[in-house]
Amino acid sequence: MRIQRPGPVAVVLALLVGVFLLLPLLAVVPISFTPGRLLTLPKGSLSLTHYRTLFENPDWLRSILLSARIGLFTSVLSTTLATSFALGIWMLQPRFSQLLVGFVLLPMIVPPVVSAMTLYFLLTGMSQMSHSIGFDSVIGVTLAHTVMTVPFAVVMVLVALAQVDRRIDLAARGMGASVAQRIFHVILPNIAFGVATAALLVFVLSWEEIGVTLFITSVDAITLPRLMWMGLRDNVDPAIAAISVVLIVVTLLVLLARMAFQRRPEFEEE
Amino acid sequence: MRSSSAFWPALALTAPLVLFLAFAYALPFLGVALWSVTLPEPGLGQYERLVGDPLVQSVFLRTFRICLIVTVIAVACAYAVTYVWVRGSRLQRRLIEICIFVPFWISLLTRAFGWLALLSTRGIVNASLQALGLTDGPLALVRNEPSVIAGMVHVLIPFAVLPLASAMRTVDERMLLAARGMGASRLRIFWSVFLPLTLPGVIGATLIVFVFSLGFFVTPAILGGGRSIMVAELVYLRMFQSPDWGLGAAISVALVVIVAALMGLLARFARLGLTGGGR
Repeated sequence: MRIQRPGPVAVVLALLVGVFLLLPLLAVVPISFTPGRLLTLPKGSLSLTHYRTLFENPDWLRSILLSARIGLFTSVLSTTLATSFALGIWMLQPRFSQLLVGFVLLPMIVPPVVSAMTLYFLLTGMSQMSHSIGFDSVIGVTLAHTVMTVPFAVVMVLVALAQVDRRIDLAARGMGASVAQRIFHVILPNIAFGVATAALLVFVLSWEEIGVTLFITSVDAITLPRLMWMGLRDNVDPAIAAISVVLIVVTLLVLLARMAFQRRPEFEEE
Repeated sequence: MRSSSAFWPALALTAPLVLFLAFAYALPFLGVALWSVTLPEPGLGQYERLVGDPLVQSVFLRTFRICLIVTVIAVACAYAVTYVWVRGSRLQRRLIEICIFVPFWISLLTRAFGWLALLSTRGIVNASLQALGLTDGPLALVRNEPSVIAGMVHVLIPFAVLPLASAMRTVDERMLLAARGMGASRLRIFWSVFLPLTLPGVIGATLIVFVFSLGFFVTPAILGGGRSIMVAELVYLRMFQSPDWGLGAAISVALVVIVAALMGLLARFARLGLTGGGR
């Protein structure tokens, strides 16, 4: 029970910030229905031209499919590595594990532009071995996205593990369960929701990654954000408004689906 | 004391990710560091340019200035929303959650585009102002520093909310009760009791937001329109427009050093138990 609810001043200030946070998302919607080629509000008539472009222009479709594919690969790779790592950390002595966790969280803390340069170095090096795994390739982008997203997955799975009652693992061990049995029959079923959330988050992060992708692709591996970037720098194309609305709707659906599957709400009245 | 029988299997579970990042991240970073002292010729020439070259200097100064402004605004805004989020009614909490977490999941590009749609010459703000007869011609609202600041604040507010929330949740209600019992006004309770108690969270949020803002690239590049270039965009330009990899690498190393110093500071606060929630 709170003795003091926020006063009117605090509520109004928070409301203003809330409006500020939603404003750019809402602004995209009317622009996407404009009939013209310019970034204007539709006058009089609404039009779906820009939505049609998304399906008729092969560039958009190809990028959407490529981004979905890379997002899926990245999600599987990143979540697997992160879950295995987090399980190991959960079983290790705390003192020893701090250093390891710090190390794997680096890509989240280091400025993205530095990571971008680092991954550019890696992938141009790998290109010397084979063009299909290095710079401007699907595998190269997947590897880079895995590096960038894995810290978020690790955090998610560690948070899920922190809520597991250690006594059930202790009980399993007491009854002679092997490490593999403990992991697959005891621990993993208890963190399944956390792992699924991590996979979802990684997919979204990869799907919209641009900072690093910009450095490591040029003409072949044009992901959706990369294509949007090209249309945003110079003459702003209203087709981007249409794709943005689609992206916002997809994200909202994913968030709603996640809420529906969640067993208990995260932020409840204490 | 957990049993040591699981030590080796546990270590083996952590190995794939640690090895992956060692080869795909740590080693290539050393390669970049090597570029900074070998391109175009061996020596510390690039680092001399970092401190000597007026262009590089002005970009660093602009970056620090913009990031400071952005940090102050973002933490202040986040404080207001977090306050209502943590202490408000159920309805207020739900509304704030939507405002904070929905934009958080939306792509940086979409959000930058949203700002363009709002602020460009034919955009929503200019169109409305002209329709209302408040302005004659369009105002230049975008492709300048204020629009970069607005865009960056927008991205960074959610990152400040979490440390602030964990600090606000640890405030002992009895302190506020005591203050009220002694006749303090609402404002006085906030100013003399609540704010000082949550100050560690403010410090944590400030450091985190500042560190994140330093490496910003996409938002300033789009909303700044190439005019007010920040450090990260300078790296990009040096890599792909006027190939000068040595300088790009040197700036990257400098950024890592600055971020490491700031994170060290943050870790000190956390160790002293000053930041709420031990972040």
